[in-house]
Amino acid sequence: MNFLQPIGRIFLAFLATTGHLTIFTVAAIGSCVRPPYYPRMILRQMLDIGYFSLPVVGLTALFAGMVLALQSYTGFARFSAEGAVANVVVLSITRELGPVLAGLMVAGRIGASMAAEIGTMRVTEQIDALTTLSTNPLKYLVVPRLIAGLTMFPFLVLVADVIGVFGGYMVAVYKLGFNASNYIQRTYDFLQAEDVNSGLVKAAVFGIIVALMGCYHGYHSKGGAQGVGAATTNAVVSACILILCFDYMLTEMFFAK
Amino acid sequence: MTESTPKIRLRGVHKAFAAKVILNGMDLDVGVGESVVVIGGSGTGKSVMLKCILGLLKPERGSIEVDGKEVLGIGQKERERVNNKIGMLFQGAALFDSLPVWENVAFGLLAQHLVSRPQAKEVALSKLAQVGLGADVGELWPSELSGGMQKRVALARAIAADPEIIFFDEPTTGLDPIMADVINDLIVKITREVGATALSITHDMASARKIANRIAMLYEGRIVWAGPTSKIDESGDARVDQFINGHADGPIKMAVRA
Repeated sequence: MNFLQPIGRIFLAFLATTGHLTIFTVAAIGSCVRPPYYPRMILRQMLDIGYFSLPVVGLTALFAGMVLALQSYTGFARFSAEGAVANVVVLSITRELGPVLAGLMVAGRIGASMAAEIGTMRVTEQIDALTTLSTNPLKYLVVPRLIAGLTMFPFLVLVADVIGVFGGYMVAVYKLGFNASNYIQRTYDFLQAEDVNSGLVKAAVFGIIVALMGCYHGYHSKGGAQGVGAATTNAVVSACILILCFDYMLTEMFFAK
Repeated sequence: MTESTPKIRLRGVHKAFAAKVILNGMDLDVGVGESVVVIGGSGTGKSVMLKCILGLLKPERGSIEVDGKEVLGIGQKERERVNNKIGMLFQGAALFDSLPVWENVAFGLLAQHLVSRPQAKEVALSKLAQVGLGADVGELWPSELSGGMQKRVALARAIAADPEIIFFDEPTTGLDPIMADVINDLIVKITREVGATALSITHDMASARKIANRIAMLYEGRIVWAGPTSKIDESGDARVDQFINGHADGPIKMAVRA
């Protein structure tokens, strides 16, 4: 009988966390549509998420595009289909690798920093101080991060798409000897608006997930430095898992016939 | 509100965390313009009491009135109106790391859009001057300040909106005796200048004697003694005597194993 207890405890804890997260999400989204807003905080978060994540997203996309061109070339060469490299690169980057890799990298960078910052504010009573200064912490801390995540992730993914395709182009043209104009033409001909749009919708969803997980775990952290550390880890791990789950669901929604 | 209505009144306040009862039917009155200090050992629920009044924690039972109006169970807007009357000095200062000192001080004014940014800065610098800090400090970040300066900035923030009530949570904890006395003097001076009602919690008896008109002792979730500061040495309560003299032996048993 005893071996059932830990399973039951874990299951109940999972249900409780799901409930708390749902209440937090509803409260946070409800706060998004009601003033007051804090434009300076929104701008700061947009800069932090959008601008300062550019190097990490750009580098990730560049190497992803390059390795994709190389791998697909060596794979397709086995049945003389090297010409499809441009198509594979542009489709993979815009539909999948752009949003997912950008989402995962930014989850590591931004999700962790959000959880650590808000968690530290929680354990040093700064969130209590906000309340005593008649400021709703959800509106001041969570709403700007949600808005910034929602708007900046698509921008980052757009940049990742361009850089990723450029990475593939570099390898294809300068290493594998493809004709530059042919490669660009094939990329352009094969790409459809739906490919880019689906990636941007995914990016917006991933942005909300990363911001929500960072804020939720930071907001509910307790117990000093150890609690903040645990909140940071939980924020990144849960954001990454949810990104991969939602990626499948959104792909199913967009492309399953 | 009549003349006799206390500024703050707690009646039968109960607060527990799981099976651990912290406040067990606490009663307390704080009169208008009075400075009351609640003393008690660590973990006796002093901070919990302040958080219950501020709405940061919800008691299971009891009544808390501010200016004669019940504040338990009120809506968020009403709570904001009540909290606008209250300034709070947190134990660890709780300054916002991401804002410079002057914005910390003016935070309440800016967040509620009461004044423009230049006006808010002017107010912040004048409040910093009131706590003995120069305008140059306003441009620093909280991490660049010593513990004593952080407490002073937090004090400036607490009085920035000229509150009717100020709460002081362990105002001298972690400070050297001289800086602790500087903070005590500031508290006395500022509560007089602002004309505010003050409710402080501390286990520093030197601080309590200096800033209080009246002292109340919290033990096992209730106020076991309350009276004028001048009478605390003749309280006739063995628990109060043990606490104010700092004796290990007495009716209060600490949960310590040798």
